[in-house]
Amino acid sequence: MSDAQRLPASDDFVRLMDLPFEGGLNEVLHECREILEDTDFPTVKKWREQGGKVMGHFQVYFPEELAHAAGILPVKIRGAPVDREIADSRFGSYMCSILRSSLEIAMTGRLEMDMFVTHPICDGARNLAGIWSRNRPEPAQILYLPQNPNSAFASTWLTQEYRRVLADLEAISGQVATDADLRASTEIFNKNRALLREVYQIKRETPWLLPIHEAYVLVALGGLVQREEHNELLEWVLPRIRERDARQQDKMRVVFEGGFCEQPPLDLLRAIAEFCYVVDDDLLIGLRWLLSDVPLEGDPVNSLAVAYLDDSSYSPVQHDLRKPKEKMLLARIRGAGAEAAIVSAAKMCEPGLDELVAYSQALDEAGTAYFVTEFEERMSSFDHLQIQLETFVENLLFN
Amino acid sequence: MTATTEDIVGRGARDGGELFRNWYDGLTTAAAKNEKAAYVFVMGSLAEIVRTFDLHCVFPEINSLQTAVRHCSDEYLSLAEDHGFSPDVCGYVKADYALQLRGGEHPMGRIPPPSIAVQTNACNTYLKWSEIWERMYDIPVVTVDVPGSRSAPGTAVLSGESVERDRQYVLYQIKELISHLETLTGKKFDVDRLREVLRLTNRMGRAWRRVLELNRARPAVFDAMMEGTIYLGVANALRGTEEGAVYFENLVEEMEYKAEHSISPLVDHDKEHRLVFVGVPCYPIFRRFYQLFSEWGGVFVSSTYTWFASGGLNLDFEYDLENPVESLAEGVMLSVQRAGDSMLFHDKYLLDGIDEFGADGVVYHPIKSCRTVSTSLADSRRVVLAERDVLCLYIESDMMDKRVVSEAQLKNRIDAFFEGLESRRIRKATAGTAAAPGAEQSATTP
Repeated sequence: MSDAQRLPASDDFVRLMDLPFEGGLNEVLHECREILEDTDFPTVKKWREQGGKVMGHFQVYFPEELAHAAGILPVKIRGAPVDREIADSRFGSYMCSILRSSLEIAMTGRLEMDMFVTHPICDGARNLAGIWSRNRPEPAQILYLPQNPNSAFASTWLTQEYRRVLADLEAISGQVATDADLRASTEIFNKNRALLREVYQIKRETPWLLPIHEAYVLVALGGLVQREEHNELLEWVLPRIRERDARQQDKMRVVFEGGFCEQPPLDLLRAIAEFCYVVDDDLLIGLRWLLSDVPLEGDPVNSLAVAYLDDSSYSPVQHDLRKPKEKMLLARIRGAGAEAAIVSAAKMCEPGLDELVAYSQALDEAGTAYFVTEFEERMSSFDHLQIQLETFVENLLFN
Repeated sequence: MTATTEDIVGRGARDGGELFRNWYDGLTTAAAKNEKAAYVFVMGSLAEIVRTFDLHCVFPEINSLQTAVRHCSDEYLSLAEDHGFSPDVCGYVKADYALQLRGGEHPMGRIPPPSIAVQTNACNTYLKWSEIWERMYDIPVVTVDVPGSRSAPGTAVLSGESVERDRQYVLYQIKELISHLETLTGKKFDVDRLREVLRLTNRMGRAWRRVLELNRARPAVFDAMMEGTIYLGVANALRGTEEGAVYFENLVEEMEYKAEHSISPLVDHDKEHRLVFVGVPCYPIFRRFYQLFSEWGGVFVSSTYTWFASGGLNLDFEYDLENPVESLAEGVMLSVQRAGDSMLFHDKYLLDGIDEFGADGVVYHPIKSCRTVSTSLADSRRVVLAERDVLCLYIESDMMDKRVVSEAQLKNRIDAFFEGLESRRIRKATAGTAAAPGAEQSATTP
C-alpha cells in the first residue's frame, strides 16, 4: 500500500481535516494529534465556515446518528486544557475541570455551536443546561438517558425522547431526517463502530503497534469530524499500523479505567505507555458505547434506543442492575488479557471517585494488582506519576 | 404572656423534636426485631408506596445529617475515608457507609439495614449510593427514573405529548415498584391503603404550603433555614401518616397565631433583615450558623431547601384519591421535576421568592458535599444581582465535613454582608427623608 496514495475524493461529505497522507503514517498521526490538541477546534470552524450547523453534546453518550441524519455536525464536548478566564466565575469551588473548560471554550468563542445538549450523568453536568442558558445564546437542553434501563418501558420512552430531540435538531438545521436518512446515518456509524473495535483489537492483540496515546487520538477525532471522514481516516491508518515495524517489549498489560468523562492529558497517557501496554480502557467510552451494529431494519430511532439500553458498554454514570461496574471492570480485564489495572478518576469527579472504592475492593478480592491515581485535564507535570507507576510495575515484575 | 401563647408558640419545634425522637425509637426497635426497612430518599421518596406495605422508611440523608448536627459526623467520615472514599465526595454517602459498617449505630439509636432501596434520579448521588447497599447487602434496588425539565423555564416548553409520556413512564415504573414490594413483603398491594396514605399526605402538604406562605408576614414567623429544617425532618419522616398531618395542622395554627400577634423568631424584630437561603445548611455548626445571621437581625423568610427537600409538598398539587396510583405517578413526576428545577434552574423561582417574601438579601451556601445543589449557585448569583436590588452573600462550606467549615471566615463574610445591609437601610431611610419632608416618622418604621 502506498503512503502517497491519497484517498478518493467524495462528494458525500465535507472533509474537515487536511491530513498529509503523502508523508506516511507517522506524519498523519502527528497531524491528527495537532488537530485534536488545537483548542480552537479547527475542524468545527471549517464546518461552520461552510454554513454547517453544530450540535455540541457533553459527555458521555449522545446518539449522534440523529444529528448526522439532520445534517448537523455532532461535536463531543469533552472540555479542553485551556486557561479559564471566564467560566470559573460561573461555578463553585468543588467542581471538576471539564465542566468549567467546556463552558470556557464556548464563552471564549473557541467552539461555536447552534445547540448544546447535556445529560444528567452527574450532579454537576445536569446543572450545565441552566448555566449554559444563562450564559450562551444557543439553546441548551438536557437529554435524560434512562437511569432505569431495567424498566420494561425504558426503550419505549427513550425512543420517543430521541424523536423529541430529533425534532429539535431538525428545527436547527431546517432539514427533515427521514427514516431512510436515519438508516443511512446508522450504517455510517456502524462502520465507524466496527473500525473502532478494530482499533481496540490491535491494542489487545498487538499493543506494541499502537500505544494508548496514539489510539486515543485516533478515536477522539471521531468527535470532531463527520463520521465518513473518520471512517476514511481509520481505513487508511489501521492497515498501516498493522504493518508497523515495532517490536514487542517486556511491558505489563494493563487496563486503564476512569476516562469516561473528563479526559486525562495526552502526555499522561504517553507517560503510562512508557511502562505499560494499555490493552483496553474506557477513554471516551461514549464513542464506543454501542457494542455491535445497530440493526438497519425496523424503526431506526427505536433501534438506537434499544441498542443504548441493551447492547452497550458501562460507565460509572449509568445505573443498570445488569452491569455492576466492578464486575464489568473485571470482565474487561479478563477480556483484554490484562495483568493489572490503572483505576483513576478526574479530580472532583464524584461518580468516578465513588467507583474507585468499589473497583479497589473488587480488584482486591480478585487478586488483581491495581494502581490508583487522580488526574486533571490541565495537569502538566507527570514526573511523580511516572515514578509511582514505575515502582508499581517493578514491584509486580520482580516480586 | 397568656397561657395560650405559651402553649402555641414554640410548639412546632418541641413537638417536632419529640416526634423525631419517637421515629428514631421506632427504627431502633425495628432493628432489634429484624423488621424490614426500605431505604428511601428525600427527593421523590415514594414513602406513600412504602408505607402501604407497612415497611419502615429509613432516610439515609436524614441519618447522615443528624450525625453532623450531633457533632459526630467526623467519626463516620473518617471511617469511610479509611475504606477508600475520597474527601471530595458527598459526606452523606460516607457517613451512611460508615453507619452500615458500624451495624447501624447512630447517635439517635440504631438504624435497621435495608431490605430494599427505592430511589429516584432526583440526585445522581442517590444512584451511586444505592449501588453501595446493593453490594453490601445484595438487596433489590428499584429506581423510578423521572425525566426532569429539559431546559430552563421560559426557554422551551415541553409539548403536552412529551409530558404525558413522561407520566406514563413514571407510572409504569411505579407499577413495577409495586410488584417488587409485593414480592419482598409477600403482601398484596392494597389500593385503599394507598388512598388513605395519600389523603394524609394531602393534608400535610396543604398545611406545609400554608406554613411557608405565612412567612410572608412582617415580621417573619419562623426562620426557614433553622426551624424550617426541623419541620422538613418531620415532613419527610412522617409523610403520609396521621401524626404527620396533625403536626403540620398544629403548625399552621402556631404560625397564624404568631403572624396575628407579630411574634418573630428574633428578639428585636424591628431590626429584621429578610433573607432567602439557597442551598443546604451548615450542619456541623448548625445552631452557630443560624446565630451568625440572627445576631444581626437576619431571618430567613424562605429557603430553597424547603422547596427541593420537601418531597414536592411545596407544590400546589394534591393527589386525586379516585385514581391513587396514577395520581401518585403524576405527583412523583412533578415533585422530582420541581426539585430539579429548584436546584438546576432556580433563578426564576428565586426572583419570585424575593418579590413574594420582600427579601433584602440572598445567602448562597454552596457545599462541598452536594454538586446538585451547589454547581450553579455562583452563576445564579450574577442573575439575581442583575435583576433585583438585593445584596447577595456567597459562602462555601459543607453540610457534613467540619474540616471545610471555618467559623471565623464565615463570620467575617457574614458580618460584612450585614454591614452592607445596614448601610443600605440607613441610606434608603436617609434618601426617603430627604426626598419627602416630614416623612421622618414613616422612615423609622420598617
